[in-house]
Amino acid sequence: MAGVGSACLAVALLTALYAVGASIYGARSGRPEWLTSGRRAIYCVAALCVGAFAILEAAFLRSDFSYALVAEGSSTDTPTFYKVTAVWATQDGSLLLWATLLSLFASAVLFVTRRSLRDIAPYATAVLGTVAAFFLLLMVGWENPFDTLAVPPPEGAGLNPLLRHPAMMIHPPILYTGYVGFSVPFAFAIGALVARRTGADWIRATRRFALIAWMFLGTGIMLGALWSYTELGWGGYWAWDPVENASLMPWLVGTAFLHSIMVQEKRGMLKVWNVSLICATFTLALLGTFLVRSGILESIHAFGASTIGVQFLVFIGLVIALSAGLIISRLPLLRSEARLDSLLSREAFFLLNNLVLVGLCLVIMWGTFFPLISEAITGTEASVGPPWFNKIVTPLALVLVLLTGVGPVLAWRRVTPAALWRVLLVPVAAALLALVGLLALTDASDSPASLAMFCLVAFVITVVGQELWRGTRARRTMTGESLPRALRRLTGRNRRRYGGYLVHAGIAVLFLGVAASSAFLDQRDVRISPGESFEVNGYEVTYREATAKLGGDSSGTGAPISFGAVLDVRKDGEHFVMRPLRNYYASGDPSLGTISRFFEGEATSEVDVRWGLTRDFWMAVRPDIGSLDAQIREADEKFADSAGDVQALIVAALAERYRGNPPPAAFRAIASPLVVWIWIGGAIAVLGALIAAWPSPEARLRRVRSLYSARVGRELSRA
Amino acid sequence: MEYAIALLVLAAVVGAVLSVPLRRRGEAERRDETRLAELDAAKEAKYREIRDAELDHQMGKLSREDWRAVDRDLRSEAIEILRQLDRLEGRTPDGGMDR
Repeated sequence: MAGVGSACLAVALLTALYAVGASIYGARSGRPEWLTSGRRAIYCVAALCVGAFAILEAAFLRSDFSYALVAEGSSTDTPTFYKVTAVWATQDGSLLLWATLLSLFASAVLFVTRRSLRDIAPYATAVLGTVAAFFLLLMVGWENPFDTLAVPPPEGAGLNPLLRHPAMMIHPPILYTGYVGFSVPFAFAIGALVARRTGADWIRATRRFALIAWMFLGTGIMLGALWSYTELGWGGYWAWDPVENASLMPWLVGTAFLHSIMVQEKRGMLKVWNVSLICATFTLALLGTFLVRSGILESIHAFGASTIGVQFLVFIGLVIALSAGLIISRLPLLRSEARLDSLLSREAFFLLNNLVLVGLCLVIMWGTFFPLISEAITGTEASVGPPWFNKIVTPLALVLVLLTGVGPVLAWRRVTPAALWRVLLVPVAAALLALVGLLALTDASDSPASLAMFCLVAFVITVVGQELWRGTRARRTMTGESLPRALRRLTGRNRRRYGGYLVHAGIAVLFLGVAASSAFLDQRDVRISPGESFEVNGYEVTYREATAKLGGDSSGTGAPISFGAVLDVRKDGEHFVMRPLRNYYASGDPSLGTISRFFEGEATSEVDVRWGLTRDFWMAVRPDIGSLDAQIREADEKFADSAGDVQALIVAALAERYRGNPPPAAFRAIASPLVVWIWIGGAIAVLGALIAAWPSPEARLRRVRSLYSARVGRELSRA
Repeated sequence: MEYAIALLVLAAVVGAVLSVPLRRRGEAERRDETRLAELDAAKEAKYREIRDAELDHQMGKLSREDWRAVDRDLRSEAIEILRQLDRLEGRTPDGGMDR
């Protein structure tokens, strides 16, 4: 079937190129049949990519090592759950995933707009076809996932142990869906510029796609943070790592875009800014994919050195140059239709929020690429660490959360200072109340930035609550409905507005978790023997016994050897048991000894977390297997040519020896307040985005016959 | 061999799918239909703005004077969209058919 897979990719490449040509020809010649054919070509690309992806998945599931990719990224003992994910753990597989998701997204948007945007859609089809063709060309020309081996090995190398985590199973496709999703508004923005249709039509048609992309990208980032927290064994969720930053940058600029397009929709302003933002977002999405795969920046998340770095850079350069050229050539058409009426207006604050978001992105970009910049200028590679990022990002994040609260209370066009004060009074009082309470009852004053963040979170949540209450009350006054019905109909008929407010509340909750867990976490690293105890943040931890297990740990990673510990933890009369592990995977290095190869491959931490709404208790162990070195060397010599079952017996004996006579083990224990609220806040934001993206019932209202002004009034009264 | 056969078969299937619209000579021009859909979307967006402004006023964010000014502008814009819609559909201002 590898030949069929390769053929799928080759035909998909030709079809994508056909889509580009047919769409442009159809638009230029005014022949709609070519537009239809071009659109169908994108559907065909999607079908071919899905077919190729299915063939590759099937090869991974049946461990067909005649495929080079399967031999490189999977093995017979890789659990089925992880065989499925192993496809996108490889570079070639991730390119196929990108192309598949892109063609599916492109098909969806072209189907939705098949009877609208006749001027813009053909050029958008051409752009989407070009992006798909680029990824298909990478596979057909350089990184074919269907390359086969003349002599298939009896066993594969196996999936990178670090990737054997449930969050990692869905993190890449979700992140890629976010990256890919932004290609839709990008393509329509370029289409609008080419067709000289620079109104808000392209925004209205693609806003939901942008919102869905933003939601997926955010979810991907949150899952990546969860993986980091529970798998990497250092206890944090965000390290300002280049690859983490690469996913955050398009999300920040995409957030700015989602806000500023509202200003263009409502006021016809910020047209240049909006097309620039979406071009930047898409370019950053490409850059994110490139960074993960290129290995040009050192990262714990970069899983492969690339052979396609140059091609990526050329494509990114072309996207930047062509987008900038097009925007400059259309500047006269991109003039604002209105002026800013007042600095006290929602559009003015949206502009401010945009500047902060883009500023954040630029700061992060500078820090991320600083090693390359310093090497280019000074000849030596230097990098900036988390303290640098935290110092610069924290004040900007505080301003951003403040704007998250102020934005919703402002009206479009203008608001009087008296009206503004009226709506801000209660939220400001809530923030002050939070300040007084925190100063009186907690040690939050130890971290002024966190204290400020807590107050701002109180401010934002009160704003959202107040908006819901005032809106419900206003609707009840207008319609006489009961409060619950008024609330339901208010949010149901204004999904975009109230979904957006829920996103704001979620982001505020997320920042609550970040501020608390980063400023007030209590961490302790110890090295103790069974029977010994240590204390952290009031938790008394006793190392009860060592564990050694062969043939798979409880979390289903398929690790052959797991050494760990059983710990009794007590606090305030409560007792619970923790069982952190360290998994060891056999090395494929033939220069290692028969037995030592079992202990000298990759090792991963399987941390144990006691989740709590007020505090997490996190524990990782690093067993000292150095104490087995002498026995392992001896076994290497004695059993150099032993059979597999004999080797298994020796390893079992060594594991039992460790368990029966364990040396001191190193432990890291972390008590982290409110950290779980990071993911709860993220989930709230995702829910809000879903609500905002859901079609509004008003879009389905029938048109009414009446005199013009009476019609407007009557149709409005139907709401 | 497998590759060559698959390539030919897939190319033939895709070619057939893509050529169907090209064989339908003289496909009806749907520009009016397209413009109609766009104007409908613009109308709904304008109505949403009018409702938003009214809600903002009811919630105390917009003073009565500001709301009236904003509402007047938005309704004028909505009327212009309705005019364009009617021109396209050959309707009279009261929504009846132009004779």
